[in-house]
Amino acid sequence: MKIFVKELWTALSSTVVLCCVLCGVYPVIVWGLGQLLFSHQANGSLVQVNGQIVGSELIGQGFSGAKYFHPRPSDAGTGYDGGNSGASNLGPTSQKLIDGIKANLVAYRQENGLPESAVVPADAVTASGSGLDPHISVENARLQIARVAKVRSLSEEVIRSAVERAIDRPFLGIGGEAGVNVLKLNLELETLAQKKP
Amino acid sequence: MNQSGWLQLILYVVLLVLITKPLGLYLYQVLDVNGRTFLDPVIRPIENITYRFIRIDARKEQGWILYTASMLLFSAVTAIFTYVLLRYQNLLPLNPQNMPAVVDHLAFNTAFSFTTNTNWQSYSGESTMSYLSQMLALVCHNFFSAAIGIAIAAAVVRGIVRHSSQTIGNFWVDLVRINLYLLLPICIIYAVFLVAQGIPQNFKPYDTAKVVEAQTVQVPKKDDAGNPVKDAKGNVIMVDQKVDTQSIVQGPIASQIAIKMLGTNGGGYTNANAAHPFENPTPLSNLIQMLSIFAIPSALTYYFGRMTKNQKHGWTVWGTMAILFVAGTLVCWAAESGGNPMVQHLGVDASGGNMEGKEVRFGIFNSALFATITTDASCGAVNAMHDSFTPLGGFVPLFNIQLGEIVFGGVGSGLYGMILFIVLAVFIAGLMVGRTPEYFGKKIESYDVKMASIAILLMAFSILGFSGWAALTPWGQAGVNNNGPHGLSEIFYAYSSCTGNNGSAFAGLTANPSNNDPHYDITLAFATLIGRYGIIIPVMALAGSLGRKKLVATGAGTFPVTGPLFIILLIGTILLVGALTFLPALTLTPILEHFLMLNGKLF
Amino acid sequence: MAVKSHSIFDPTIIVPAIGDSFRKLNPISLAKNPVMFVTEVGAAITTFLIIAGHGGNFGFQLQICLWLWFTVLFANFAEAMAEGRGKAQAKALRATRTQTFANRLKADGTVEKVAANHLRKGDIVVVSANELIPGDGEVIEGAATVDESAITGESAPVIRESGGDRSAVTGGTKVLSDQVKIEITSNPGETFLDRMISLVEGATRQKTPNEIALTILLSALTLIFLIAMMSLKAFGIASSVDFPISVLVALLVCLIPTTIGGLLSAIGIAGIDRLVQKNVLAMSGRSVEAAGDVDVLLLDKTGTITMGNRQATDFLPAPGVTKQQLADAAQLASLADETPEGRSIVVLAKNYGIRARELGDMPEMTFVPFTAQTRMSGVDMNGSSYRKGAADAIRKFAGGKMPEAVEKDVKAVSSSGATPLVVASKQTILGTILLKDIVKGGLADRFERFRAIGIRTVMITGDNPLTAAAIAKEAGVDDYLAEAKPEDKLALCRKEQQAGHLVAMTGDGTNDAPALAQADVGVAMNTGTQAAKEAGNMVDLDSNPTKLIEIVEIGKQLLITRGALTTFSIANDVAKYFAIIPAMLVGVFPQIAPLNVMFLKSPESAILSAVIFNALIIIALIPLALKGVRFRPLGAARILQRNLLIYGAGGIVLPFIGIKLIDMIISAVHLA
Repeated sequence: MKIFVKELWTALSSTVVLCCVLCGVYPVIVWGLGQLLFSHQANGSLVQVNGQIVGSELIGQGFSGAKYFHPRPSDAGTGYDGGNSGASNLGPTSQKLIDGIKANLVAYRQENGLPESAVVPADAVTASGSGLDPHISVENARLQIARVAKVRSLSEEVIRSAVERAIDRPFLGIGGEAGVNVLKLNLELETLAQKKP
Repeated sequence: MNQSGWLQLILYVVLLVLITKPLGLYLYQVLDVNGRTFLDPVIRPIENITYRFIRIDARKEQGWILYTASMLLFSAVTAIFTYVLLRYQNLLPLNPQNMPAVVDHLAFNTAFSFTTNTNWQSYSGESTMSYLSQMLALVCHNFFSAAIGIAIAAAVVRGIVRHSSQTIGNFWVDLVRINLYLLLPICIIYAVFLVAQGIPQNFKPYDTAKVVEAQTVQVPKKDDAGNPVKDAKGNVIMVDQKVDTQSIVQGPIASQIAIKMLGTNGGGYTNANAAHPFENPTPLSNLIQMLSIFAIPSALTYYFGRMTKNQKHGWTVWGTMAILFVAGTLVCWAAESGGNPMVQHLGVDASGGNMEGKEVRFGIFNSALFATITTDASCGAVNAMHDSFTPLGGFVPLFNIQLGEIVFGGVGSGLYGMILFIVLAVFIAGLMVGRTPEYFGKKIESYDVKMASIAILLMAFSILGFSGWAALTPWGQAGVNNNGPHGLSEIFYAYSSCTGNNGSAFAGLTANPSNNDPHYDITLAFATLIGRYGIIIPVMALAGSLGRKKLVATGAGTFPVTGPLFIILLIGTILLVGALTFLPALTLTPILEHFLMLNGKLF
Repeated sequence: MAVKSHSIFDPTIIVPAIGDSFRKLNPISLAKNPVMFVTEVGAAITTFLIIAGHGGNFGFQLQICLWLWFTVLFANFAEAMAEGRGKAQAKALRATRTQTFANRLKADGTVEKVAANHLRKGDIVVVSANELIPGDGEVIEGAATVDESAITGESAPVIRESGGDRSAVTGGTKVLSDQVKIEITSNPGETFLDRMISLVEGATRQKTPNEIALTILLSALTLIFLIAMMSLKAFGIASSVDFPISVLVALLVCLIPTTIGGLLSAIGIAGIDRLVQKNVLAMSGRSVEAAGDVDVLLLDKTGTITMGNRQATDFLPAPGVTKQQLADAAQLASLADETPEGRSIVVLAKNYGIRARELGDMPEMTFVPFTAQTRMSGVDMNGSSYRKGAADAIRKFAGGKMPEAVEKDVKAVSSSGATPLVVASKQTILGTILLKDIVKGGLADRFERFRAIGIRTVMITGDNPLTAAAIAKEAGVDDYLAEAKPEDKLALCRKEQQAGHLVAMTGDGTNDAPALAQADVGVAMNTGTQAAKEAGNMVDLDSNPTKLIEIVEIGKQLLITRGALTTFSIANDVAKYFAIIPAMLVGVFPQIAPLNVMFLKSPESAILSAVIFNALIIIALIPLALKGVRFRPLGAARILQRNLLIYGAGGIVLPFIGIKLIDMIISAVHLA
């Protein structure tokens, strides 16, 4: 019994001490260093236009208008819901999954004026894991160039170079995959549009 | 399976090899009460004050029973602590989003899930937990459960190394030293790196962005009471809704992610876990996170070799793990890049692989690699949705978990789990060379075989028993998100994951349904307890027994526990025991689904 | 030995074994073996289902059911065979106990005739020439030549006499000459033979430590498969596939380790049985197992490494003396010497053309015996005296002078580890006889084999270190203990054990008893004292100390056989899985057909083939279980590699072939 009481004290007191250090001191140190050294990232890599937060560089956003590049289908809430990250979680033999992909395919081909037989990049018709994927594949972006150029009355060349600039490339050339940041790209298109008048 | 994937795999393995020795040597000092580290000037005073405050004599060691009892007591205290915090988070500070109290069965499930290093999450973090709950109630366990795993592994190693000894270390000393010397310093540097990569670390409320293009979405029409309105046919009526804002999650995320990976906890800050751009923003953060999952488990094999004065044995264990790891990765990668023939049939680019549930920045290879790593270890963080993997791609994580997460494994738990298999392998092989089997000069006798068997039995019972039960009940079937074999896989995965203290999921499964049915939460919580303490207690008994034994001289009659032959033997034992136990059930789940997918069958 | 190894196919063993297989179906006795118990319960369940009329295909169900029963019967048969062979040994041993009476000495000195099996411990019996010794005992008075061939198979009679280390006699042996008084040392039913008989018959057989550990592992595997089958049933229902119980039982029986489960006890009995064939009686199965673990052998020099005694191997004449002359003198000096050394000199002398002489031929000769004072012996005849003995004794005898060359010879012989005897006739020193310990043939090879498997040999001798070193080198032992007193044996044994070694040793004298008791494996010589036999855990009926080596090999073989068949049994599951699981699913999910990698004809034939293979493999492996896996003197790593390849890899491949063949046969004859 005596040993139990002693051990219980140790358990309780060590919980308190360690919690103070690990859950108090530790996050605060990281917060301090983070705010000091990388304040942009530490606060969510926010993108502001005219002082208004319009999103985060890292978080995908929904776009459906023809003048914008379209992100991947999303299952975060009702689509790109930042407070409800999530995926379809549909398995490979799911009727719902196949139906969804079929519908996405039809829509994608239609929007971008592609023939029935066109092979479509996988990311364009599948939902991401987070539902907030900020990227689309380079191939996917290229298929959308013609449409965006047409709607915006800009040359495909201009759009293509904007796309190139929005590519996040793999580090060291091998780490991860290249992807086009859709929010960045669309924001750039908006600036281009403003410049053009 | 492209060239860049192969290069990344080689890069990963090389980096892992490079950190194994230095970190292993550091562990050797940390896990010795008299060990010396370069951090002594800073930490030693804190350590000594801590011992005085918690009233322990650091030089006094415990026998295996007391060591285990201390660990259980500490786990109980901290589990209750977390339960209480979650239940009353609405009354506590640091709750800018005004999250309500967590319901009882969910709090119960979460408390045990985090205490046992499982970090199964029946909830989505960004819409359930207050900042205080995240950074105190949950993060404390990320440290504690990791430290306990390492402490138990160290105690087991001491049992193997010592002879004619009644003690195997002091739990409290191990707990304090592991946290202060190992986890905390690494996490500080690691978390700051993660901030640099883009993970937020702040205490401000969620931001609201005004989106560039407002979207019109369809949502269920709701009556005044908030219930969805249905039409005559019973279908939910949908109405248009304009969305012109996006909520940007904030909070102390980086500090939580660092320990969630390093401690192989895996409990995400958000629902999407490491797939969420704020938890894993770049391919580089992804690489480092994957490395940090295996870092300590890999270093522990070096520590093991050092302790047993048989570094070759340490590397042999490492090699065994590495082979199983690479094999799993290749299978998963091949399956995912092969993709779903039914999807490709529709006109989707086959070279893109199976992208459902995967992020563009990670692509097929990094998703497959991460899935293999997170389930080889008992991490459970995911950067892609396992539920949407191809059947064989999903088979790999599931099978990894069912093997007992001994491929590097959880911090500490990987090593002591592997030691169970080593004991069994040594026992069978020892007989084959005509001597009573022995391991480092300790005879493996019936008591030791019994303890190893109990641990493996309990795991099989929990996984197969609970899954079988859930599969037959309405509450079990109600939770699944997919029909056909895949739905069964979701159930099977859930109990495997919780018993294995992994925490990843075929996340379509709804374990915490809106009707508040507590069955999943409760049974999964028990699975985590069986998977944790049902292994630790027999393993500690085994360690105590080995430590008490007298040393038997070794010579040419003792077969070597190093080299390719032992690796083959060990892999054979692991695969046969693991495969034979779970293959019958696996045949009805991913394996059957694989053949159905090839034949175009949908559910 | 009287007991011969029996052929595997000896009908006198097989026929009763078949009967026993059925008797052993009794679930109470089968419960000791969890694997086979589960199999029997499974068989009973399928039987019940057939009787109750459940399940569709009657012919298929019946065949499954029958083969499940066969599985149990085959396992029982293996055990019964091993026991049968043991019983046959026991019977042969018992044949030596046909003695019906004994002459018991009553307190008043008179003798009464009683039945031998009424003799109690402490009784004293008188045994005369041509009578059988009625029980194990110790000669307390007199000496006799005894024919022990009934037990040892050795036809040369041996001397048994009171006092000393040659006093123990075994029941069933025959006194050839003289009369002895024997004190009986064991009650009826408790003699060594009795204990041995019960051990092989299985009446008192207890599981050995390794066997228990293995049984635990096998039980755990069985439990795991049990829960795996239950979850399979549940998953089946959830996937709308209702697996028939009989098929699940069939799968369960195929997956649980029935092969090793069925053969485990047979392997243990056969190990003891093999010892008996080598004329060694083990007091427990445990000691046989321990023999496999031994890594240090303590061997007495005399009798084990060398031929009991030193022998003359050469004559080294003094200057001016021919070899012939020396040999002649040496023979004369040794004529009356009945010691083995003396005889060896006579024999060696013959090689130099010295004709054999008999004592009786020369009545004028007087024998001068060896005494501790003179330290020489010889004869006096016709005024001349011949002496042989230690160098300094002879020098004194010869007047204190010895030729330089002889002195040199003596030194050279001593330093080579041999013993010099100097021969003198009157005051003339004629030369030196070289007496050498003769190392038994083939020992060096055997010790080499031991070294290969990690066993160290230590020779114990009373000789001086010089002699000991020379013999140790010649015999090839790893180490030696020179100038050892009897109590040093115990100390050495303890020292080795403290260093973590397992020690085996032989002994026969009373003063060996403590060390025999201390050793992990103590083999007492049957010719030894009662105390030695009580202290050891094995008795060698041949009293051949070299037997230790075979005992160790049998112990290792026992463990290897167990390990190999366990590996084989578990490895077998892979093929059975591929046979049965696709067959269970293909009805509802034809897409799974590619998993039928063996292209088995139909689901029924697939399941049946696996079950039949599972049953037949037990029968097929009975010879291996009884004979044991061949032991090879290789390092542990090599043995492991070999056995992993044969029993691990082979265990995976073989059933694929076997099941396919059975499937072809039963499809051809339309059984399924």
